[in-house]
Amino acid sequence: MFPTPIEKTSPASQWIYKVALPIALILWLLPLLAVAMTSVRSAGDINAGNYWGWPTSFNLMANYTAIFENTPIGQYIMNSFKVTIPTVIGAVALSCMTGFALGVYKFKANLLLFFMFVAGNFVPFQILMVPVRDLTLNMGLYNTISGLALFHIAFQTGFCTLFMRNFIKALPFELIEAARVEGVSEIRIFWFVVIPLMRPAIAALSVLIFTFIWNDYFWATVLTQGAETQPITAGLYSLNGQWVAAWHLVSAGSIVAALPPVLMFFLMQKHFIAGLTLGAVK
Amino acid sequence: MGTYWKKNQQRLAPWLFLAPGIAMFALYVIIPIFQSMNISFYEWDGLGDRTWVGMNNYVELMDDEAFYTSLKNNVIWLVLYMLAIPAGLFVALFLNQTVRGIRIYKSLFFFPFVISQVVVGLVFSWFYDPSFGLLNIALMSLGFEAIPVLADETWVTYGIIAAGLWPQTAYCMILYLTGLNAVDPEQIEAARLDNAKGLKMLWYVVLPQLKPATFIAVVVTVIGALRSFDLVSIMTDGGPWGSSRVLAFYMYEQAFGEYGFRMGYGAAIAVILFLIMMVYISAFLFKMYRDEKGR
Repeated sequence: MFPTPIEKTSPASQWIYKVALPIALILWLLPLLAVAMTSVRSAGDINAGNYWGWPTSFNLMANYTAIFENTPIGQYIMNSFKVTIPTVIGAVALSCMTGFALGVYKFKANLLLFFMFVAGNFVPFQILMVPVRDLTLNMGLYNTISGLALFHIAFQTGFCTLFMRNFIKALPFELIEAARVEGVSEIRIFWFVVIPLMRPAIAALSVLIFTFIWNDYFWATVLTQGAETQPITAGLYSLNGQWVAAWHLVSAGSIVAALPPVLMFFLMQKHFIAGLTLGAVK
Repeated sequence: MGTYWKKNQQRLAPWLFLAPGIAMFALYVIIPIFQSMNISFYEWDGLGDRTWVGMNNYVELMDDEAFYTSLKNNVIWLVLYMLAIPAGLFVALFLNQTVRGIRIYKSLFFFPFVISQVVVGLVFSWFYDPSFGLLNIALMSLGFEAIPVLADETWVTYGIIAAGLWPQTAYCMILYLTGLNAVDPEQIEAARLDNAKGLKMLWYVVLPQLKPATFIAVVVTVIGALRSFDLVSIMTDGGPWGSSRVLAFYMYEQAFGEYGFRMGYGAAIAVILFLIMMVYISAFLFKMYRDEKGR
């Protein structure tokens, strides 16, 4: 193991490590801790410039209730879920199929199609922006949740295909061959042989896509406007404009916006990291 | 089912499975790339008729001060964003221990990557605030003058990049932590017997084994640097006086900005950004192609 395990070093350095660890963490998360602290302060503290001292009072309930009562933040959060969940389902479903096709079958255009998905997944959003907005407008889906979700499904299919194809490629091919010898049809092989084996990949991709889409800001501003349809990222930006200098509210809003992906990450940590680091080791 | 299907299903099945994915991806990603290229030869406000102007948009770009500012900032982003890779490696080495509770530490260090860039941007705007931000409180307590980072033309881009490095370092860290897990312990032990230590060990024994992790880290960091839109939009909106614009942001501003909808001009900027990105995408595909053939 590298670096040398700390248990094998001198007691002094063990002690230093044990102290350094929490200090490093606090410094690393300092901006976030400050936000969490501020989100429970009173308006009086903010006006008096008391940002870093001990809060004069703890207004946890008051601040968080205030943002839900006085702003459409609840609506924004709902919109985020309405965009994110269908996108996760759609992109994972599509890429199970494309990944299966590209991972199992040998045909001429295979690698070319695979590279198309990979390359498309890396292009800058701006090159898609004008035509995609136009397309969405023409379909009558501009400023709708489905319009935004449809684009996300299509775009995320690129990354998901890369992921799924590599995952399927690493499965034991003999299983599929054996099923073919038994006379099982290709569709049934997909459904009854391959899909059950893909469960870990499906879980990993789902958490990853959930986080990506929840945190998307660019497309939210391009394809939606107004509290009726905008997800929380775009909503937070416009709320920030309204809450000038009301930092306790901005902070509470930020915490609320960050919560779902953070919870997702903590609940599904193993899958999340497996998804992110795919390809980092081989 | 028909006999034709039975006979040919292994040939037909892949296309059946690919059809929905390809259709969606072509409609929303592949075709729009070419449409954008086409639009870049027109003058178009997004609603009325398009007028063919040939290379005019590109010619105009060559004389556009703001374009060069954006391009220069993109280069700064690309270079400085790379710091996330050694920083991530450093944090990973620091955390690659087995003391009690280390798993919690690892996940908490990863935290910044999970939260939205909108939140990161808000948090840092606040950190930089000239009157009460933590940065300036620290600077003043050390006897320096306060710097209004986000309102200062010389500092603004660096300030935004620093905010971006926070989640990006976390990302690289997790890549390296996974990589370190897979480092061959026998090689490390053998090198230890040969008296290799510290930096030498890292450079000659560990880093070569971390190559796949480094590769992915470079790819995601380059993409992240060139996609830098969210932070610029949230922290400064391109200001002060457009000095923190990057190509991704300038394009958006031209196409949908307050100065009217210049879709053709915006598309031309997007094409330039796309061509820069294409260099990296081609390198990535080339490496993948070699790996595929090498299997």
